[in-house]
Amino acid sequence: MIAQPGKLRPLGDRRPNDNLTSVFSNLHIDWPLLAALGILMGIGLLILYSASGQDWATMQRQGVRLVVAWLVLIVVAQIAPRHLAFWTPWFYGIGLVLLLAVLLFGDVGKGAQRWLDLGLFRFQPSEMMKLAVPMMVAWYLSEKALPPSLARIGVSLLIITAPALLIAKQPDLGTAILVASAGIFVLLLTGISWRLIGGFVALLAAAAPVVWFYLMRDYQRQRVLTFLNPESDPLGAGYHIIQSKIAIGSGGLYGKGWLNGTQSQLDFLPERSTDFIFAVFAEEFGLIGIIALLAIYLAIVLRGLHIASLAQDSYTRLLAGSLTLTFLVYVFVNIGMVSGLLPVVGVPLPLVSYGGTSIVTLMAAFGILMSIQTHRKLLQS
Amino acid sequence: MSQAQNGPILPAWRFRLLLGMIALVVVLLGWRALNLQVLDNGFLQYKGDSQHKRVVSLMAHRGMLLDRNGDALAVSTPVASVWADPKDVPLDDPRIEQLARLLDKPADKLRELLSKRARRDFVYLKRHMNPDIKQRLAELGLPGVDVRREYRRYYPTAEVAAHVLGFTNIDDQGQEGLELAFDDDLRGQPGKQEVVKDLIGRVIKTGKIQQAPRPGHDLYLSIDRRLQFIAYRELKKAVQRHQAKWASLVLLDAKTGEILAMVNQPAFNPNDRHQMRPEQLRNRAVTDLLEPGSTVKPFAVAAALKSGLFSRDTLIDTNPGRFRIGRKVISDFRNYGVIDVARVIQKSSNIGISKMALGIPKELLWETYADVGFGFAPATRFPGEAEGYLPFFGQWNDIERATIAFGYGLSVSPLQLAQAYTVFANDGELRRLSFLRRDEPMEGQQVLPAAVARQVRQMLESVVESDEGTGRRARIPGYRVAGKTGTVRKTGRGGYLEDSYRAMFVGMAPASDPRLVAVVVIDDPGGEDYYGGRVAAPVFAKVMAAALRLLNVPPDKISEDSWQPPLRMAGATQL
Repeated sequence: MIAQPGKLRPLGDRRPNDNLTSVFSNLHIDWPLLAALGILMGIGLLILYSASGQDWATMQRQGVRLVVAWLVLIVVAQIAPRHLAFWTPWFYGIGLVLLLAVLLFGDVGKGAQRWLDLGLFRFQPSEMMKLAVPMMVAWYLSEKALPPSLARIGVSLLIITAPALLIAKQPDLGTAILVASAGIFVLLLTGISWRLIGGFVALLAAAAPVVWFYLMRDYQRQRVLTFLNPESDPLGAGYHIIQSKIAIGSGGLYGKGWLNGTQSQLDFLPERSTDFIFAVFAEEFGLIGIIALLAIYLAIVLRGLHIASLAQDSYTRLLAGSLTLTFLVYVFVNIGMVSGLLPVVGVPLPLVSYGGTSIVTLMAAFGILMSIQTHRKLLQS
Repeated sequence: MSQAQNGPILPAWRFRLLLGMIALVVVLLGWRALNLQVLDNGFLQYKGDSQHKRVVSLMAHRGMLLDRNGDALAVSTPVASVWADPKDVPLDDPRIEQLARLLDKPADKLRELLSKRARRDFVYLKRHMNPDIKQRLAELGLPGVDVRREYRRYYPTAEVAAHVLGFTNIDDQGQEGLELAFDDDLRGQPGKQEVVKDLIGRVIKTGKIQQAPRPGHDLYLSIDRRLQFIAYRELKKAVQRHQAKWASLVLLDAKTGEILAMVNQPAFNPNDRHQMRPEQLRNRAVTDLLEPGSTVKPFAVAAALKSGLFSRDTLIDTNPGRFRIGRKVISDFRNYGVIDVARVIQKSSNIGISKMALGIPKELLWETYADVGFGFAPATRFPGEAEGYLPFFGQWNDIERATIAFGYGLSVSPLQLAQAYTVFANDGELRRLSFLRRDEPMEGQQVLPAAVARQVRQMLESVVESDEGTGRRARIPGYRVAGKTGTVRKTGRGGYLEDSYRAMFVGMAPASDPRLVAVVVIDDPGGEDYYGGRVAAPVFAKVMAAALRLLNVPPDKISEDSWQPPLRMAGATQL
């Protein structure tokens, strides 16, 4: 480790003289991540154009959201991790209050209370918790030495389950799962013992019937049953899954070509520009396209883990690792659901599906990752 | 950097485990895609295609029927037929009411139809509508209802050529007449096209044409539309004037055997089938059999001349106007006394022709009749063509020999009679008939010696042109006409009827070198007149006169009073 008095110097960069790299460093941007995100969004726009039925109005709305999301990323990347850590409890606290507010005064959309109308724009506090929960758990656990004690694990679980339950009550199972898994990833990354993990899993298994009978709504139970046997109700609940499997399957090895997916272009595939956009992609670009898409997702995840492994303190390391793994869960849940591996849970395909909120949240998370990567300083005074 | 307070210590093996699990997730998703897209591809592709791909048939354009000059007699015009896939039509949709209004049908009926055929994929709601219905249905946007392009047959000549042309059914298939006879040529081959339908059954894209529809061939008929119209007009007038039951007219090109006009009354309008009655549909000129009466006498005379036992000048004693054969008595209109063969024809003497028939071998008479086509179908391909009835000569007794000679006891169609007369028009050659235009004249078949045919034609000319002939009313200014009248007693229940007749005239013109042959049959004229010479011959004259002029046939009669009976040959014998 080289010390250069009076001058700040990024640590992670192997070639400090590289002009481009230093420009990005000064802007607090991690260019490999930037490139991967850019490619993914390009693919997203391409497939949205097809899925929306060549609708330019949709494209424009999505374009505006992407621009906003990039601005959010750049702004977040400028915030040094220590400032993030400082504001974390506030952020979490406000999020929790807002969640309660949603339950009390929230707007109802599609049978669920998720939105808070702030006059100027509608706001989904559950999205905020996707970031606030891992930040809070990481902040709490990094105060003391790791691995954490049993008591601290218990408190962490409380930090996680309180917002997760509130979100599940909206009801929004998909977001609840993502929020909870983000928090749990932090716990797992602290290196807690296998016995504890084993016990935790056993506890979850034991809780499953309780969740099934007391926490889950009828429609959620129906979704699981439908998932287990979609052909039992091909025109009702199983329709989504059957149509989406047909769309994916009829894509074949090379796909039908852009704009040529019959299942999607002819309205057979529901929700095709939002949650089921992967099926449109699969039908039009085939297995080759899917492998390429998965490769890009994998590259993003690996870059995120790389950033985590280089992080200098527990807070940033736990946070970076958790955000990255949550992103993978996102991908897995969406593609798994669309291809019939998992029950239908309302999770969009990250950075590809039409819709603003999830993209802004995700880009904020990547902003945090970039901040962690670029604020690593050798500052030995 | 790995100070304890600085960060969590994730053991290397646990980090590798994490990477392994990530790889597992990605591989799992990839494997799932492989499963669906490669292993289940065929099945899922089929499931998808079965949702949106359909094969529809494309109606082929039916060939036109044209007259010999290319004027349209039957054309197919595109129309729109509205159909539905009952499964896709929401029965409780309020737009059904609007649909019902568009189709001019009660909405209840429509719903009933759709629910009754709920298991079918295809049901016609209304056929043959104006093609603009397509646009209106698109505006209505009711799922499951679509328009199919079909063709409706239209007959510009309406009643005029109805029997010859026949008609097609609603599926554009020939049902009657030439439409049926030449259906294979007229009918094209329907094509097949893939279409892509969306969720609510609208055709989004008309896809690959698997097989293009092959339009049918246009057919040039032998019919001349102008002559057909004249024939129609004159025959209809005659039927009205004489309060006849029915009537037929056939006009042939004597040289080629082409049928230039063929009319029956009463007729029907093929464009309006509501009024159609089955008895109107028969093309009587081709399908109906009738006893030809005196119109066959020229063939008996030809047989007699051919035998060499008679010549034109052979004298025959028809005194006293009554002639007993066995238990039957044959009588003439009046007592003609001793007359030659030419006058037998001119006066249409039953006794004279009977004596001639009895004077020649009966097989010769049968052979002559058979040679001119009696008892054999004319093979024009017209549906339901009658072949007539000519009893075999082996069973003939004397009475039958006589009655067959003057036209009873055998039956022919008007078309057969017309064909038979081409023998006299062509110096003994029989022409084969055709409903299609012949661009090259066909070889005839020599069935009578040319001299005999010419002699008979001369006798036939005397029937019209001599002031003593029965067919004087068939005369045409400027042209010499040869022909034969016939007044046939109709048969009914229990034998021949007392006061029910069929008036006929068969003739040709110009007699010097006949170009046209025509047959006129008027059944059961109700007025005072019933003789062929008075009822049928004037119709013949009017149609023939107009036809000769339209076809620019040069006149062969120099002055109106120039006709003289041919000189009698010396040494005439008396039988």
